[in-house]
Amino acid sequence: MTTVSRNETLSISEEIDVVMARNKVRLFAKEAGLGLVDETKLITAASELTRNMLLYANGGTISIEHVSVAETAGVRIRFEDCGPGIVDLALAMTDGYSSNNGLGLGLPGARRLVDEFQINTKKGEGTVIVVTKWKR
Amino acid sequence: MSFERIPILTMGEFLLVTIQGEMHDTLATTLQRELTARVATQGARGVLLDISGLSMVDSFMGRMVSTIASITRMMDAETVVVGMQPAVAITLVEMGLTLPGVLTAMNVERGMELLRGRLGFAREDSNDYGESERDAIDF
Ligand SMILES: Nc1ncnc2c1ncn2[C@@H]1O[C@H](COP(=O)(O)OP(=O)(O)O)[C@@H](O)[C@H]1O
Ligand SMILES: [Mg+2]
Repeated sequence: MTTVSRNETLSISEEIDVVMARNKVRLFAKEAGLGLVDETKLITAASELTRNMLLYANGGTISIEHVSVAETAGVRIRFEDCGPGIVDLALAMTDGYSSNNGLGLGLPGARRLVDEFQINTKKGEGTVIVVTKWKR
Repeated sequence: MSFERIPILTMGEFLLVTIQGEMHDTLATTLQRELTARVATQGARGVLLDISGLSMVDSFMGRMVSTIASITRMMDAETVVVGMQPAVAITLVEMGLTLPGVLTAMNVERGMELLRGRLGFAREDSNDYGESERDAIDF
């Protein structure tokens, strides 16, 4: 069973919030005892997904949780927006695809950087992405 | 926040930019614009982008670095990224962001050596090669 011992919710509406989100994720990663490489991967994934919320959905909400299963601690982050949704999810998850002249590595890159990646999106309603990184 | 700037130092024919602390998008875009303007006005032959103070680089910043490198190359200057932290390098590779065409070096000193070496080769062609300290570098 997964236990959540602490969580924090951040509202994302402007660029500087990306920095705030990264700093908060760093705190949670340190608390969970993630190594430096895993911490860096999680922060980078969070940076990508937070930026996407701003760019494509005009912002949204992030909640960060300290989770644990048996003896293993981890950090789970939920990114939720009420934007347009991702119409072609398979395409959006493809390396190099961008509707915005970006590098198109945010979604597929973030997926590779975390241990668990779930995405739910609906046209006209929004997108919810949940990622988890476990301490090794 | 809006007056925040990243200083660009002149070091001979090179420009040194030390990026520290938190980098946000507006700052990244401003830097890109100012740096390319400085390369043009000063005729700099190389740019050293010191990112040893960055604990993470995402695809927006990665793209900024690639763009700076491409633009400076068009203007006859090379960009060297120096001091990338190991955790950042591992993360970038896993993301698939390998910064093709961007030169890298361990630190500013090595970055300068790299730039001088490349300029040296260019000058040999024009018979104007006068840097002997390069021969004394201990590897
Ligand atoms: N939260 C979101 N809401 C709507 N569309 C999104 C969202 N996140 C990503 N997208 C779409 O998925 C595409 C790929 O995203 P990403 O991999 O981060 O690359 P990039 O941001 O460089 O375009 C984006 O160009 C955009 O069209
Ligand atoms: Mg993106």
